[in-house]
Amino acid sequence: MIEARGLSKRFGDVTAVDDLSFDVRPGTVTGFLGPNGSGKSTTMRMIMGLDHPSAGDVTVLGQRYHDLPWPLREVGGLLEAKAIHPGRSARAHLLTLARSNAIPRRRVDEVLDLVGLSSVAGKRAGKFSLGMGQRLGIAAALLGDPAVLLFDEPVNGLDPEGIRWVRTLCKTLATEGRTVFVSSHLMAEMALTADHLVVVGMGRLIAETSVADFVARSSRQSVKVRTPARHQLSDAVTNAGGTVIDDPDGSLTVTGLSAPDVGDLAASINVPLHELTPVASLEDAFMELTEDAVEFRGGQ
Amino acid sequence: MTAVLGAPAPYAIEQPSGRVGLRRAMAAEWTKLWSVRSTMWTLVATGVAVVGLCALSTGTVSASDLIDDPTRRSLVGIFLGQLIFGVLGVLVMGAEYGTGTIRATLAALPRRPVVLGAKVLVFGAVALVVSEVFAFAAFALGQAILSAKHAVGASAVIAQHAHQLGVKVPPNVKAVVSSSGSASLGQPGVLRAVIGAGLYLAVLGLLALGLATIIRHTAGAISAFVGIVLVLPLIVQALPTSISNAVARYLPANIGLVLFSTHGVPDRIGSAFSPWAGFALLVGYTVAILGLGCWVLVRRDA
Repeated sequence: MIEARGLSKRFGDVTAVDDLSFDVRPGTVTGFLGPNGSGKSTTMRMIMGLDHPSAGDVTVLGQRYHDLPWPLREVGGLLEAKAIHPGRSARAHLLTLARSNAIPRRRVDEVLDLVGLSSVAGKRAGKFSLGMGQRLGIAAALLGDPAVLLFDEPVNGLDPEGIRWVRTLCKTLATEGRTVFVSSHLMAEMALTADHLVVVGMGRLIAETSVADFVARSSRQSVKVRTPARHQLSDAVTNAGGTVIDDPDGSLTVTGLSAPDVGDLAASINVPLHELTPVASLEDAFMELTEDAVEFRGGQ
Repeated sequence: MTAVLGAPAPYAIEQPSGRVGLRRAMAAEWTKLWSVRSTMWTLVATGVAVVGLCALSTGTVSASDLIDDPTRRSLVGIFLGQLIFGVLGVLVMGAEYGTGTIRATLAALPRRPVVLGAKVLVFGAVALVVSEVFAFAAFALGQAILSAKHAVGASAVIAQHAHQLGVKVPPNVKAVVSSSGSASLGQPGVLRAVIGAGLYLAVLGLLALGLATIIRHTAGAISAFVGIVLVLPLIVQALPTSISNAVARYLPANIGLVLFSTHGVPDRIGSAFSPWAGFALLVGYTVAILGLGCWVLVRRDA
């Protein structure tokens, strides 16, 4: 359980996090979604007591991070990839963390095995790829078998197999009753991993909702249609007030009409349909919501 | 545990009572210190500098040379060693910022003064043991070389001259009179000078650690350290004598020089503090710098 109340962080004139209040509950994966520079990492650092909030506060398991008796046994955090001394081995890195929180030594080898780094455990971490660094960071987060997990952009630098692994890991950890808070700037990734979303833009809370509701709220749902009579259907849709885009693969993307509307319309003009798929575009929903809250935009 | 997913069973490890504290922090720091090669290498390099320069400064003595203070002569390598040792002290904290591990460290131990305290105690203990070993090794080697050279101690010459002139030798000079140019630990001030040399080196290592805690940047902290021990004395020397004489005794390097001299110090230091008063001042500097470092560590975002 993570509870943020009025959490704010200013760096000089820049407000990185602005009056953010949200709850992250156990048993589900909560996605922390926002464009780059929207204050996700700063928020994560404040949860872990690394950055001091300018105002408001945040508690983990009902306590401030600072007051947790055994922090690594209650909260596991992956904040940045490769935050490790390049001259230290993966095993030694984990061992220093284990010792600091009285975690048994065997647990180091367990988590190394878990993230698939056993074979390189004795190698100096400076030679690690970004993906291996991420795995080591995840190993460090899991070291204390914590009830709360924070992963900041965990799939960065991972190959497709690694991305799937992280996805499954997050879900499994949530199934075990843990609180899992995962940040990403990639909506599609969140759609596959998270059940719940905390959406931020320019440091402000934009939405705190389930993934399903988030999509449903979007006005930009579209329908993918395949038909041998493209021109006929296009004209009919346009006349009915919809918008049609010709996709390169020969299908049509219709916006402004629902899938049943398009089906009924096709039937009324005797046009056969080979495909009729409502496309729940999370990416669109996300873009729409954060439109006014993107700090860095090209072409301005 | 499911092998496919690899997630651990909840609470697979038992929760101990109590909470994280200094003992755990020190255990972590100990592991941290010895799990990077740079620690051993800088220690070896410091030893080579301290003992090697001693061999050089005593080995180049010829039998006709007057050795003013054979103890000091064997310990001059400390001034080279301190630069390398300072780098190690800087790295103990600076590497945390350079590599980003400070975040992992502070996430594991959120009470920051405890983290700094553990670093000071662990590195301080290692520094003290190693520095004393180097100081005694340099002294033993230096005196062995000097006695083999049959060099003549300055005090012996003074005594000889005094005798010829029929002047009484003051007791404090008489006490250090020896027939050769080498010293032994039983002579007045010698044991203090050798122990003091080790203490000086260890405390400078901690001062460097403190600088790194304030500056939070390895290269910057090393520059500041070199500035204090090497550049500052040069600047002071360049000042008019009236000012430099008043200021020189406050410089760490001059405090060190007094600490590992058995008698008499170069004129440029002016009216020097007594060895232990100087050392107390040096400890005071270090405590102040570490205190400021602690304040910075607590106040600033990691």
